[in-house]
Amino acid sequence: MSENNTSKQKEPLFSHRNQRLLSNPLGKDNPITVQVLGICSVLAITVQLRTSLVMAISVVAVMGLANVIISVLRKTIPPRIRIIVQLTVIASLVILVDQLLKAYIYDVSRQLSVFVGLIITNCIIMGRLEAFALNNKPWPSFLDGVGNAAGYGVVLLTVGFFRELLGSGTLLGYPVIPNFLYDLGYENNGFMILPPMALITVGIIIWVHRHRDRNLVDIS
Amino acid sequence: MTNRYVFLYASAMVVVVALLLSGAATLLRPLQERNMRIEKMQNILAAVNIPATRAEVENLFDQYITTTKIVNHLGEELEGDAFEVELQDEIRKDLADRQLPVFIADIDGEVFYIVPIRGTGLWGPIWGYVGLESDMATIAGANFDHASETPGLGAEIADRAFQDQFKGKRIFDEAGNFHPVRVVKGRAPAGDLHAVDGITGGTITSNGVTNMLRDGLEAYKLYFEKIKTS
Repeated sequence: MSENNTSKQKEPLFSHRNQRLLSNPLGKDNPITVQVLGICSVLAITVQLRTSLVMAISVVAVMGLANVIISVLRKTIPPRIRIIVQLTVIASLVILVDQLLKAYIYDVSRQLSVFVGLIITNCIIMGRLEAFALNNKPWPSFLDGVGNAAGYGVVLLTVGFFRELLGSGTLLGYPVIPNFLYDLGYENNGFMILPPMALITVGIIIWVHRHRDRNLVDIS
Repeated sequence: MTNRYVFLYASAMVVVVALLLSGAATLLRPLQERNMRIEKMQNILAAVNIPATRAEVENLFDQYITTTKIVNHLGEELEGDAFEVELQDEIRKDLADRQLPVFIADIDGEVFYIVPIRGTGLWGPIWGYVGLESDMATIAGANFDHASETPGLGAEIADRAFQDQFKGKRIFDEAGNFHPVRVVKGRAPAGDLHAVDGITGGTITSNGVTNMLRDGLEAYKLYFEKIKTS
């Protein structure tokens, strides 16, 4: 996050505590590899890097906004229907994103059609609303939302990168495996396209992550 | 917080959200509808192998598509604007009541007939356009799309590599009998003019394409035969 250190006046906005809200989900508090949330969408949409990318951006937008809205309303929301309110906010934002994609970047929206709707079912979003936005001010909530969505997005892009590279030999649709490798007998691994390989790829990422950060091993 | 507050809060929330979303939908509808028209034109032209970007497609469509007409299953012409016919609604009707659109293209003096088809894949509808040469038997090109087939598997029917296999295949055999193109599991026999390779891991979608081609083109069979003999 380059803007973290941009200027002195903004220091209070990016205090040490606020910076951690952004950076923790990328590392030791990652929603996917540590909390193991949002796994289902990782399996479904990481066949290609492009869909992973647009999904990551959409989730950042929805999650940042949803956290802010819930945080602004947090003192008025009746506790008994708070889950319903959260779901309504998320669903409305997702529908809005979907409509905007359809109107302005139709090609991408055609590729993503089902996946955009699936953002509603992403348990990370509601988890953060419930755990953070309901008890915190709008700005920290915004950072928390963006941070967690980015933590989700990073894993999504990593899995998408390897699955498209090994499964189709392309990245963002462009062929990247040189032809002479195919001539030497290299073949795209069709297995990478199937959902089980996403699970195994996520497993490998979790393994690498825990290997590098020993503190995580004892948590679970 | 009292029950009264909870009810009022929920009602107010619903009204606000409803206004917001219906407002957005109304504002964005003209843009979305234009996008859909453009996509439809792109798909129709793609069936006769004319790639068109979103910017140029409206001009190219006017340039190449010389005639559009609606026929019924007996091949008789009906009144109406073929472009506005929604096949989605038509395939729910009895065959006798269906309006079947035909788009006739003139490309450098050669005439092509483009017809829409629609069917079901694994998760939802699949549809496409088939372009026929003027012998009414040879496929000049085909274009398929889908609502929600599995990416990397069934969704490959929207891929050029899959669609290009249909070029040069035939929907009538030597004797003139209707014999649509099948999508076979694995590799199609070499030289078979009525079969193409299926998609590994996308068998149900492949079968959907087979059924769509059979049912969709059969509705036009009498029209095709009429043109062939005239």
